[in-house]
Amino acid sequence: MRLLTGQKWTDPLPLFSIFCLAFLALAAGAADVLAPFGVEERAQDLLLSPPSAMHLLGTDAQGRDILTLVIHASRVALLVGLGTAFVSMAVGVPLGLVSGYFGGAVDAVLMGICEVVFAFPGILLALLLVFVTQQPSMLNVLIALSATGWAGWARLVRGQVLQEKTRDYILTARAAGAGIPRILVIHILPNIASVLLVQVSFSAASAILAESSLSFLGLGPQDCPSWGSMLSEGAALFVCSPHMALFSGLAIFATVLSFNVVGDRLRDRLAGAGEAGKHMRKGTR
Amino acid sequence: MVAGILARTFRTILVLAGVVTLVFVVVRLVPGDPAVSILGDQAPPEQVSMLREQMGLELPLWKQYLDFVSRILDGSLGKPFRASHDPDATVASLVGEVFPFTLELALAAVIVACLLALPLGTMSALRRGKAADSIALTATLVGLAMPVFWLGPLLIHLLCVKLRVLPDPAAGVTGVGSLILPAAVLGLALSARLTRMVRSSVLDVLQQPYVLAAYARGLPHGRVIVRHVLRNALLPVATVLGLQFAALLSGALVTEKVFARPGIGSLLIDAVTRRDYSVVQGTALVIGAIYVVVNLLVDIAYMVIDPRLAHAERGEGS
Repeated sequence: MRLLTGQKWTDPLPLFSIFCLAFLALAAGAADVLAPFGVEERAQDLLLSPPSAMHLLGTDAQGRDILTLVIHASRVALLVGLGTAFVSMAVGVPLGLVSGYFGGAVDAVLMGICEVVFAFPGILLALLLVFVTQQPSMLNVLIALSATGWAGWARLVRGQVLQEKTRDYILTARAAGAGIPRILVIHILPNIASVLLVQVSFSAASAILAESSLSFLGLGPQDCPSWGSMLSEGAALFVCSPHMALFSGLAIFATVLSFNVVGDRLRDRLAGAGEAGKHMRKGTR
Repeated sequence: MVAGILARTFRTILVLAGVVTLVFVVVRLVPGDPAVSILGDQAPPEQVSMLREQMGLELPLWKQYLDFVSRILDGSLGKPFRASHDPDATVASLVGEVFPFTLELALAAVIVACLLALPLGTMSALRRGKAADSIALTATLVGLAMPVFWLGPLLIHLLCVKLRVLPDPAAGVTGVGSLILPAAVLGLALSARLTRMVRSSVLDVLQQPYVLAAYARGLPHGRVIVRHVLRNALLPVATVLGLQFAALLSGALVTEKVFARPGIGSLLIDAVTRRDYSVVQGTALVIGAIYVVVNLLVDIAYMVIDPRLAHAERGEGS
């Protein structure tokens, strides 16, 4: 935690972010225990009721408790967010390692494919993939977002490998007879791990935003509550019942902000640690 | 420089070919019969087979691909499968009808983003490490996390319904008044990214020896910042703005839905809902192609300004 907040506990944003992410993890893990009502439990006499002692965040147009829906939807956000980040990483990192290390035709082909994927802005390719699956589920959305997310990882890792492969420790490893898989996995990968850690955070943030956008457009998971679809429903009823859109939007905002802040601070701290490390190495020579 | 530009253009053509192929393959991944999906389960088999023929689904895959490419080359992008008000309408004409609305929104959003990001990013860099810098950086994090589809309804409610200072998009208003709020919402998200880029670019330039030399020559602070720092710092920002055009088009998909505006995003979402395959693939293709071509133009402009990049491109291409 010190890594995020620095030496002093004066910066409230990282603390807020850690609190939010811890709460999100708790909500997603123990949704059935924490949620005051069942997802399908409807209060027929309390449609679109504003926040009250019984329904802390009010109810939706079908009389369902919004707090319950927000808590259950955190599962989708966390699973799609982190799931997309890890699946994209699992595909993109090996491709980036190979592309950066071998260069030449392999690099040209892989980066050409990445460029084609990048030509589809943001959620467009995911939207097409969800469209072809006809019945979007959480898994389909995760696959669609990962199918576009890997390219960013591959390009990032390739750039890192290009920097690392000319360093002395790699030349030494090669001179000592280390094979290419060993150089890539044992030597290069741990040295770029901090960059990957930061990227997990940013990748999760953008996946959550993308999933919410798809849900808002009616192409998100249909089998479980999600913040985007709640917001879509709430936006239409904003004038009479602003609470629906307000709380689901707030959940998306706080989660994406938290992941971004964690990524941002980790990057600053790890870059600082890297610089300090370099200076120390210079000093000891 | 010409060789560099040609190499870059050649790469763009390859990427465009990749975009065409990817769109074709993705749309062909649809499980089941697209004709049944359009007409419904109850449709008579003769009608289904007629539509299959009309869609070219009876042809072998390679022939369907050639047909697809030929429809791109003749500029029509195919015919929409769903009935439209104009029987002669092609996908290209549908896109052409709504494209000016998206372009208008995208350009207005870029203007909003630049008006916010240039002063904020420069101020943040000049006051690095101070309170103003922290506030600006925090504001960009907030801007990045603010979903367009949340901020939009909030602002509509506040400015159009409660305070009535702007026209309500629900009333179907056209003209500049209807553009202000969507452009502000879309531009705000872009300005958050742009502010960070301007800040880091200005910080890079501030460390250059020519800036120190300008101060050593006794030039006033404002002149050094405007003539020496900003002129050099904004060049890389312009390139990145080209890349951000993608994010802008993606944001436009959602923004148009929030503000019930016509545009290429609304056309795509509408086609997805109506399961009109030819409009979906044509619109996706146009959005992808716009992004690729905009980036080509930005790169060429940059090569003209800085010929060293043309040499780098030629080296990479060969």
